Amino acid sequence: MLGLERKDTLLLIVVAAITLFAPIILNPFPAGSALAQFNAGYPDLMQRFVIFGIFAIGFNILFGLTGYLSFGHAAFLGIGSYSAVWMFKLLSMNVIPAIILSIVMAGLFALVIGFVSLRRSGIYFSILTLAFAQMSYNLAYSVLTPVTNGETGLQLTLSDPRILDGASTGGLPVTSLFGAEMRDTTTLFVGPWSWDFSVGYYFSAALMLVAFYLSVRIFRSPFGMMLRAVKSNQQRMNYTGLNTRPYTLAAFVISGMYAGLAGGLLAAMDPLAGADRMQWTASGEVVLMTILGGAGTLIGPVLGAGFIKYFENIFSKINDGILHQWFAFMPDGLENVMVAVIHPFIGKGWHLTLGIMFMLVVIFLPGGLVEGAQRTGRLFRRRDRNADHVESDAARQRAAAE
Amino acid sequence: MDAILIQILNGLDKGSAYALIALGLTLIFGTLGVVNFAHGALFMIGAFCAVTLQKILTISVTTIDPERTDFLGNPLKVKTPYVENWFGPEIGAAIVDWAVPLAILLAIPVMVLVGFVMERGLIKHFYKRPHADQILVTFGLAIVLQEIIKYFYGANPIPTPAPQAFTGSLDIGVWLGFDPYSIIYPYWRLVYFFFAGIIIAGVFAFLQFTTFGMVVRAGMADRETVGLLGIDIDRRFTLMFGLAAAVAGLAGVMYTPILSPNYHMGMDFLVLSFVVVVVGGMGSLPGAVLAGFLLGILQSFASMNEVKSLLPGIDQIIIYLVAIVILLTRPRGLMGRRGVMEE
Amino acid sequence: MGILEVKGVNKRFGGLQALGDVNLSVKENTVHAIIGPNGAGKSTLLNCLVGKLIPDSGSVMFDGQSVLGRKPHEINQMGISRVFQTPEIFADLSVLENVMIPCFARRDGAFRLHAYETVRREAGIREQAEAMLADVNMADKRHMTAASLSRGDKRRLEMAMCLVQTPKLLLLDEPTAGMARADTNNTIELLKEIKAKRDITMCIIEHDMHVVFSLAERITVLAQGTPLVEETPENIKGHPKVREAYLGEAQV
Repeated sequence: MLGLERKDTLLLIVVAAITLFAPIILNPFPAGSALAQFNAGYPDLMQRFVIFGIFAIGFNILFGLTGYLSFGHAAFLGIGSYSAVWMFKLLSMNVIPAIILSIVMAGLFALVIGFVSLRRSGIYFSILTLAFAQMSYNLAYSVLTPVTNGETGLQLTLSDPRILDGASTGGLPVTSLFGAEMRDTTTLFVGPWSWDFSVGYYFSAALMLVAFYLSVRIFRSPFGMMLRAVKSNQQRMNYTGLNTRPYTLAAFVISGMYAGLAGGLLAAMDPLAGADRMQWTASGEVVLMTILGGAGTLIGPVLGAGFIKYFENIFSKINDGILHQWFAFMPDGLENVMVAVIHPFIGKGWHLTLGIMFMLVVIFLPGGLVEGAQRTGRLFRRRDRNADHVESDAARQRAAAE
Repeated sequence: MDAILIQILNGLDKGSAYALIALGLTLIFGTLGVVNFAHGALFMIGAFCAVTLQKILTISVTTIDPERTDFLGNPLKVKTPYVENWFGPEIGAAIVDWAVPLAILLAIPVMVLVGFVMERGLIKHFYKRPHADQILVTFGLAIVLQEIIKYFYGANPIPTPAPQAFTGSLDIGVWLGFDPYSIIYPYWRLVYFFFAGIIIAGVFAFLQFTTFGMVVRAGMADRETVGLLGIDIDRRFTLMFGLAAAVAGLAGVMYTPILSPNYHMGMDFLVLSFVVVVVGGMGSLPGAVLAGFLLGILQSFASMNEVKSLLPGIDQIIIYLVAIVILLTRPRGLMGRRGVMEE
Repeated sequence: MGILEVKGVNKRFGGLQALGDVNLSVKENTVHAIIGPNGAGKSTLLNCLVGKLIPDSGSVMFDGQSVLGRKPHEINQMGISRVFQTPEIFADLSVLENVMIPCFARRDGAFRLHAYETVRREAGIREQAEAMLADVNMADKRHMTAASLSRGDKRRLEMAMCLVQTPKLLLLDEPTAGMARADTNNTIELLKEIKAKRDITMCIIEHDMHVVFSLAERITVLAQGTPLVEETPENIKGHPKVREAYLGEAQV
């Protein structure tokens, strides 16, 4: 189907099904129950899942396939956001032109930055991309204030022209897709459960599926094979008559455009853009997502993005009060000890948990969650087979005894 | 002329910090072949050694002075640091006043220990892994270390003043025949610059004149061959890691009066220090020092009003701009060797 | 007029004259060996032919066109393939993919953004690669990862990767360096087979006289960066100049 192998089609269908039913799947606990804090099925968080999924999928096309570790991809995310907000200010609140501009602008910047940075490889490449991103960040904060609105961040105002929409009446207009407002949410109540179906989420999810499908196509294409060859042996590439530079540049621009799309979508969900999005910690985050999920695998980056965003949200919400509830069954002294032990890792301490988790993954699971899943899968299969052996041996012995 | 001089001077202290961090980074990279993204965290831990010592020294006993009263008429509670009780008011106060320099004594063993634990406990297992993995695991470690510090010391900067004797400024202008007050320079920055110079000279002398240093230098040039000679290179490299950690830590201790320590100062300095290392040339110690001072001074020049009005925003990007230009024109940095980190 | 014409090539590294006025002519469809003691400039010469180094002066013409100033991938596209001293393959890719990549390079040129096509649908390329693998007796290993191959198989794979491009000239840089006798003999057989099956010009840089005399039709002896003699193997054997150059180096 769609020019994919059976295995990939299946993967695509599974991912599509999960994203389609995410509002239900991610809200397994009834609203108002003690466990409701583990629910992730509210629009804002789900949008972040898919948008950062897109960002990571794109990053994986560069890092996973070619091995070039960019430490400046957040710059493209930021450029995407700024472009989108400008489109909302100048042209229309429709998200389509905004997102197109985001992708185009990020692509253009990626072309220039990639052209320069890809003249070097290894850590030199990483530092060059980092330098470009930090430059963009610093400039966005200072002299580019007319374009970026500096520290405050770029926002909509009532006096924006919005040529196509005409003058807005009343409050600030909201982003929409041909009239369907992004923030529109339908809530469905089934027994004690409540599920939110939001336009913004489904719009982002649809784009994420397209992005994912395209990345599968790239992985399975001759171009994708060439990118893996670049990672494997550049010297052989050159002596096989292949010019590595345009291949890596194309990968860089494509992944920059993915980042631009993600940035545009962030702005489409919430029309503001700040320089923070371009900071190197943001670049680091997408690296974490990709590695955590499994660089070079198809589904890994999406998993990684979801995983980090989910735990970020959950861990930072938990506070001491909630911990005391959990451990209420323990004797008081023990309860206090448990709360004290866990306290540093929750709430504002979420980054500590993230750092530890990240180290553990790099140390023990260099292939990320996907490798972890594969290993566990193999382990179980082997155990089954061993169990079979034991049983058949036992059967044989019984037969011999009779 | 005096305007230029003052910018050079202003660049020196930042440049010194860059140079010291970059020196340690290069030592670790050159000896162990590890790209250590947690090196900025070592700088930060050093700074917090000073904070800790200051806190310890000011642990006080509260006594009630019946002679004096506060504004409500109650007897006044007086906090006296224990050190003042033990050593007498003058000596005690002097000890508290000199907390930052004294922290060096605390920082050296702490940093060497932290370095050993890091190397033996974590980095050791990453020698054979790709550079990307090393970057990632040390990046994770940096996050963990900074979050631990944040947990114990909070998110706000903690002021740690220099000793009274160094709080003033030196009127360098008068010395050099300019008008009085044309070039004034805080004493402590001068102290920091000389301190950095001594440390750098010490490290170079150690590598140049001791047998240990000779082996390390040989190992940096060709690790395998030295290993084949039957020299236990690993143990020496572990010691080098401790040394690099101590250098970064001392740079942090002494920097505290210039910049009140906060938990993210390590990351802030790390990014720039990496740029410094790459500009200097991966694996070149003189390159790291040279590039550190060069970029520090350039940054200071770029923040002159005259320059900023000519090229708006230049002060924000100068370091990165220079890094890009140097990397494109001199692929291996200012003094880099061929074939280092090119895969 | 040979397919490869090297005229008056000089190359200096600082104070060292690596190549001094090298002239060389390789005739089409022959196996030409370049031999010489260590440091004779064999590798420098080879690197000048493939674009890794640029000579200080002189000309290198291949098939009527100059190769000087061209990048390695452009020179490969002109029809020169190179086998390295230690096999250079795509270790992380499968054996079949290793051979498909050069096929793509021949069909699509140095770069093509074929990002929306599918490898699996490239039946022509796949057949071509599988036929080549069958040719070097590696068909059964096509799904293995190249890194897991034995050393001899890696060498075979690299040859297959070069040959599938049907190069006009195949350059071999000490293809048997560091090999055991048995492996060396296998390589010689492989090269003989290759030569017997198709029209191809080979230029071998070699240290091992056994290999050279088993394969070469013409031999150029290089010493201190300059060609001493160019002769048939029979005439080389007793040549006094060659004895002199190799004194103590190898038994000729």
